[in-house]
Amino acid sequence: MTKFVAKDHELVPEHIILLPEEGKEVLIKYGVDAAQLPKIHVNDPVAKEIGAKVGNILKIIRKSPTAKHSTFYRLVID
Amino acid sequence: MSVPKRIGKIQFGLISPQEFRKMSVVKIITADTYDDDGFPIEMGLMDPRLGVIDPGLRCRTCAGRPGECPGHFGHIDLIAPVTHVGFAKLIRKILRAICRECSRLMMSEQEKQVYLSQIQTLAKLGQPRDDVVNKVFAEARKHKSCPYCGGQQFEIKFERPLSYIEEGHRLTPSDIRDRFEKIHDDDVKIMGMNPETARPEWMIFTVLPVPPVTMRPSITLESGQRSEDDLTHKLVDIIRINQRFQENREAGAPQLIIEDLWELLQYHITTFLDNTVSGVPPARHRSGRPLKTLSQRLKGKEGRFRGSLSGKRVNFSARTVISPDPNLSINEVGVPLDIAMELSVPLVVNSRNKEIIKAFVRRGPDRHPGVNYVTRADDRRIKIAEKNCEEVADQIDIGWKVDRQLDNGDIVLFNRQPSLHRMSIMAHRVKVMPYKTFRLNPAVCPPYNADFDGDEMNLHVPQTEEARAEAEILMRVEENILSPRFGGPIIGGIHDYVTGSFLLTHGKKPIDRREVMELLKKFDISELPEPEGYVDVQPYWTGKQIFSLILPQSLNLTFKADFCYNCDVCKGEECEHDAYVVIKNGMLLKGTIDAEAVGAFKGKITDRVIKECSPEVASEFLDKMTLLALRGIMLAGFSFGIDDEDIPEDAAEQIDETTKSAKEKVQQLIEAYKAGELDPLPGRTLDETLEMRIMQTLGKARDSAGQIAERYLGLDNSGVVMAVSGARGSMLNLTQMAACVGQQSVRGERIIRGYTGRTLPHFKKGDLGSEAHGFVESSYKKGLSPTEFFFHAIGGREGLVDTAIRTSQSGYLQRRLVNALQDLEVKYDGTVRETRGMIVQFQYGEDSVDASRRDYASPENAKRIARKVLQKEAV
Repeated sequence: MTKFVAKDHELVPEHIILLPEEGKEVLIKYGVDAAQLPKIHVNDPVAKEIGAKVGNILKIIRKSPTAKHSTFYRLVID
Repeated sequence: MSVPKRIGKIQFGLISPQEFRKMSVVKIITADTYDDDGFPIEMGLMDPRLGVIDPGLRCRTCAGRPGECPGHFGHIDLIAPVTHVGFAKLIRKILRAICRECSRLMMSEQEKQVYLSQIQTLAKLGQPRDDVVNKVFAEARKHKSCPYCGGQQFEIKFERPLSYIEEGHRLTPSDIRDRFEKIHDDDVKIMGMNPETARPEWMIFTVLPVPPVTMRPSITLESGQRSEDDLTHKLVDIIRINQRFQENREAGAPQLIIEDLWELLQYHITTFLDNTVSGVPPARHRSGRPLKTLSQRLKGKEGRFRGSLSGKRVNFSARTVISPDPNLSINEVGVPLDIAMELSVPLVVNSRNKEIIKAFVRRGPDRHPGVNYVTRADDRRIKIAEKNCEEVADQIDIGWKVDRQLDNGDIVLFNRQPSLHRMSIMAHRVKVMPYKTFRLNPAVCPPYNADFDGDEMNLHVPQTEEARAEAEILMRVEENILSPRFGGPIIGGIHDYVTGSFLLTHGKKPIDRREVMELLKKFDISELPEPEGYVDVQPYWTGKQIFSLILPQSLNLTFKADFCYNCDVCKGEECEHDAYVVIKNGMLLKGTIDAEAVGAFKGKITDRVIKECSPEVASEFLDKMTLLALRGIMLAGFSFGIDDEDIPEDAAEQIDETTKSAKEKVQQLIEAYKAGELDPLPGRTLDETLEMRIMQTLGKARDSAGQIAERYLGLDNSGVVMAVSGARGSMLNLTQMAACVGQQSVRGERIIRGYTGRTLPHFKKGDLGSEAHGFVESSYKKGLSPTEFFFHAIGGREGLVDTAIRTSQSGYLQRRLVNALQDLEVKYDGTVRETRGMIVQFQYGEDSVDASRRDYASPENAKRIARKVLQKEAV
């Protein structure tokens, strides 16, 4: 059976692992701790595919009917 | 100031007798309360160590004054153990699960290990353990003999309310307690309890805590007699029986008497805890009223939780029936004089308003904008009466507070339950009026979802400058014309306002000078526009010209009216039905004003005015529209009667023919079906196909009957005017009244339920014809035949049930959503966060758009801006 690649699916938005300094910038921008960000599980299919580690911050770019794109950040947790 | 504290953990458990004794400050031994001099008796139920309620005294335990001292528990030592009613069922379960000899939980060690680990995992995950625990009890109960000591087990019968019978013998609470005491701590864990906080034997009282006097205060009646709280009465009973029990036992009374007294003690303690246990007659007061004991204080709507903690009563509020008053502005509320004289607004005296306030105080409490109370600089409140008003007025000085009666122009919050959205509470300006109802402009009914069939509404008077400012800035009616739900105006014309605007502006009926004056009576308009034309030498105007007078000068707008016929090719401005509205520079040139233009939920003009001018201008426009529309409907005259449902004879004949031919068609379909000539539709059985075809045919019949009726009912029919303008009702309603009610349905199908093979005994078995399955050929005007009436009732009942279920379901859904979302907040950086600062959305709604502050993203907007700029340059 061929392996299904979740991130190639149309409905799966783009997930990007942020570099530590980029992640820090996001936290400063919103004035929050990493714990106050929305979460994503390490075992999340897309997180696994892109090789996210616990503590990484993911940038997720979703398609939005009203704003074209909307950006979300999620903290990878266990 | 109290320090805010974070609750780390809440532990529920049972209280042990030791703990009861530890928290007790006094052992209660006598049932007496006060001595002859009115002093509390020591070691009695009102012992001064239990707390203080009498002013001037201090608590003997904590030295606090009344109000400071929270009260302290005492205890009663029970002569014999007594079961706790609340645990009757659990006691039964445990009794059946443990061995009657050795008190071990009757299951093998391995089983115990399995269940214990299951319980522990669930506890770690924070999930309910009930299912596993119930399985443990069910499993343990199966044993006929103990797997540990081999003792024989007997069936334990439970008799309501509190008897446990084993082999014909009643188990006394002592017996049960003895058994429970022997249960091993490990076994307790498997039964889902924590042996440290909840040992099974603690479900049986040996010590009864006596609640502090502060929670059962006695009242001194006017006659000087003391009246005790229900709980105190109950405690007196308990102590008396406890004493008698002791005396009898010490005297060596026969077993029978002892048992009776034991049972009596059990009864009193049971009713002390809960006076509504089934099978136990409720304890009554001397007057025959059932006592309100502990659980009655907590339970139900007026209980501690729903009544005292979740619900609060409010001062400075009023509630009465509402009624309409179109002469009020939409941001006003008519307040009855009686209410205005009761409610008040606090004013702080300063050097500038001192004399004005003195004048108010001089009026006293009985002449309207008067004063009810005055608070001196030292916080003493003085009630103003006719007698002392002059005197107090002279004393008034800077720093005093004066509670002035509610007067015209004061800002108040007006509310109608259920408060489902923010427009359910809006700030209005007061207008004091005679009579006894709140008055409001019918145009603000839609946001409150109010009507005048007996609805009541609440009114609240903000008491601080901050509250008033907030109400004025955020909650004014003007600020809430646009609903954040769909971004359109929720306030606007309803019913007669729409009809009136329609009648006034439809076509180009000439209106002579006299009538124009009548129409504009309520307005401050001193110059009339150029007359549209002259009859003889008399000038005349049109409704469109008159309506233009209330439009803002800068308005430019074109749209299709509500009654647009949706022609295949829209002729635009050349519309022959006058359904294409054109407004240029505040002049209504073409088209008719109807629901689409000024109605609630639609209101294109209202919407445009708000966005182009301001909410204030829009509210002014709505006020004027309200007045003009009513003058308009009065000028035209408007009524609806039974004869408005009449249709000419030849129309009736045509309708008869269509229904007849439809019925014949149905017969043909049935015959084709019986002959097997009917082709099934794809994905349907033959039966389903037949049903669908029949439904289709009959649906068409109703529609064409409606069309025939419509042809004969023109705009001279008031029903049609209402339907077409969007004021009330639809053409379908009219069709049903005048032409044909149509097919009645249950769950979208023709009516099939009833007897075997038929709906009613009036029909043959297996009859598939239209009459036999709920087609109502008659109109409401003509009247329904008995069978039609019956089918109509079936269909109508379904509709009723549907609405009842829908409202309750959507109400509950709304409640759950609101509970989940109520603490979310859009912060200044555009993020949506909850109370702990956790981010929910990085940008509100992904685009940071507030639906009530945006304009529709249509190319029309760009064109309008271009037009506006070019116009300015041209000047």
